[in-house]
Amino acid sequence: MNDALDVAIRLVVVFAVFMVLPLVIGQTEHKVMAHMQGRLGPMYAGGFHGWAQLVADGVKFAQKEDVVPAAADRRIFQLAPAVALLPYLLVLVAVPIGPSEGAVGQVVDAGIFFVLAVMGVGVLGSLMAGWASANKFSLLGGLRTAAQLLAYELPMLLAAASVAMAAGTVSLPGILNAFHWWWLPWQIVGALVFFIAGLAELQRPPFDMPVADSEIIFGAYTEYTGLRFALFLLAEYAGIVVLCGLTTVLFLGGWHGPFGADGLGWVWTLLKTAVLAFVVIWLRVSYPRLREDQLQKLAWTTLIPLALAQIALTGIVKVAIS
Amino acid sequence: MSGILAQGALTAPHGFLSPTGVEIAFVLVGIATLAAAVMTVTTQQLVHAALWLVVALGGLAVEYLLLTAEFIAWVQVLIYVGSIVVLLLFGLMLTKAPIGRSPDADSGNRWAALTVAVAAAGTLVWVVVDAFRTSWIDLDGPAQGSTKVSGEILFRHWVLPFEALSVLLLAALVGAIVLSRKSAPDDAPADAAAPRETESR
Repeated sequence: MNDALDVAIRLVVVFAVFMVLPLVIGQTEHKVMAHMQGRLGPMYAGGFHGWAQLVADGVKFAQKEDVVPAAADRRIFQLAPAVALLPYLLVLVAVPIGPSEGAVGQVVDAGIFFVLAVMGVGVLGSLMAGWASANKFSLLGGLRTAAQLLAYELPMLLAAASVAMAAGTVSLPGILNAFHWWWLPWQIVGALVFFIAGLAELQRPPFDMPVADSEIIFGAYTEYTGLRFALFLLAEYAGIVVLCGLTTVLFLGGWHGPFGADGLGWVWTLLKTAVLAFVVIWLRVSYPRLREDQLQKLAWTTLIPLALAQIALTGIVKVAIS
Repeated sequence: MSGILAQGALTAPHGFLSPTGVEIAFVLVGIATLAAAVMTVTTQQLVHAALWLVVALGGLAVEYLLLTAEFIAWVQVLIYVGSIVVLLLFGLMLTKAPIGRSPDADSGNRWAALTVAVAAAGTLVWVVVDAFRTSWIDLDGPAQGSTKVSGEILFRHWVLPFEALSVLLLAALVGAIVLSRKSAPDDAPADAAAPRETESR
């Protein structure tokens, strides 16, 4: 197989995953939330338990008129959804799902830095949307998004740095190759910090202050309609896929499992990712929204000290066993 | 990713008259980066300036990638695009940055600024050209800017400057906290939020 074809096939596969998994998670959210709240959720679209509900939603979004407010900054307003969505597609390229050569879109040498850097870029989309809408609610949403990102980027980085220290490499497949089962208890604090900070970066409940629909009417996305709004929603679900995939790869051992390591590694990765995605949905149903000051306090007084303690622990153990 | 890009480079003849694919890409990205930087300082719309800065900094990251310095490239994106620009936009949102042109965005001392900028650019270009006049990066061999190589060089040969820089940054951090506290000594509750913002830098 020649190189160009190989690259093309990999990109097509990653793109297909990027289009399918967020929809699967969206549908799961519909159903899981419904059952946790004692109702059925979508039941009609597509016939079997409403499996085609999100497809129908997509068709509905595509039919809606694409409105740009008269006072808005047109070009930035229209560009923002793409800026919010594309980084997650790029990140997905670097996440390995299996041990073999073919199970990762593209091996990136400085993998951790790549994924964290590109994930941070996605937030620019929300900021652009918040400012360009020329709407007070949107501006408030944008401000809260920025404040939240500044607070939670640091613990996320520190937790990831702890794993990189433990593995002695910053490449994602390299980290998985170095993984042992006892890393799980060793890095558990870092894993929690990473996951919580990631949730906050995605603005998922209980950290959805920037989009709080009951206070500031979906924040930065207030003025968006139709397909562009759908793109923002897709970005949120793609973000869940990426966050759960990264937590799996960094902290839960990715393709390592109790059995079936040969050939079935990708099943383990997908399974762990799915369980984490379920937890994300579960948290949305069970926790009330944090207030803005509680958000900041949690990041600066709890998560960052915990992440620093995890780094210290990682360093001590690393020196002790070598 | 740089591996794909580097494949375009044939064995370099080390001449300016027969440029390789990577060299052409390098020059083109450089021109785009320069254009974005010029837009940053000339546009009348404040938030657009910040967004052009994103393009300029991103272009710089691509240049690092083309020079096989992958680690530096991602750190550039992480720190500058992901944090500094977000901080800038945060600051701009706190002001009354209007949609459309700000008539007072032009400074009176633009010629002095231009002179200083040209002088600084000239000095930097001269230093770089003088230092690396005859050295060429072999793009086909093992990446010379990989994380491993960068780390070894940084922590074996450049530990002292590295530590000195970190002390400098710490001093700046402490200074910022002191400055933000000093403004209102008798007004403790309003003051409590200030150091938190400073730390986030």
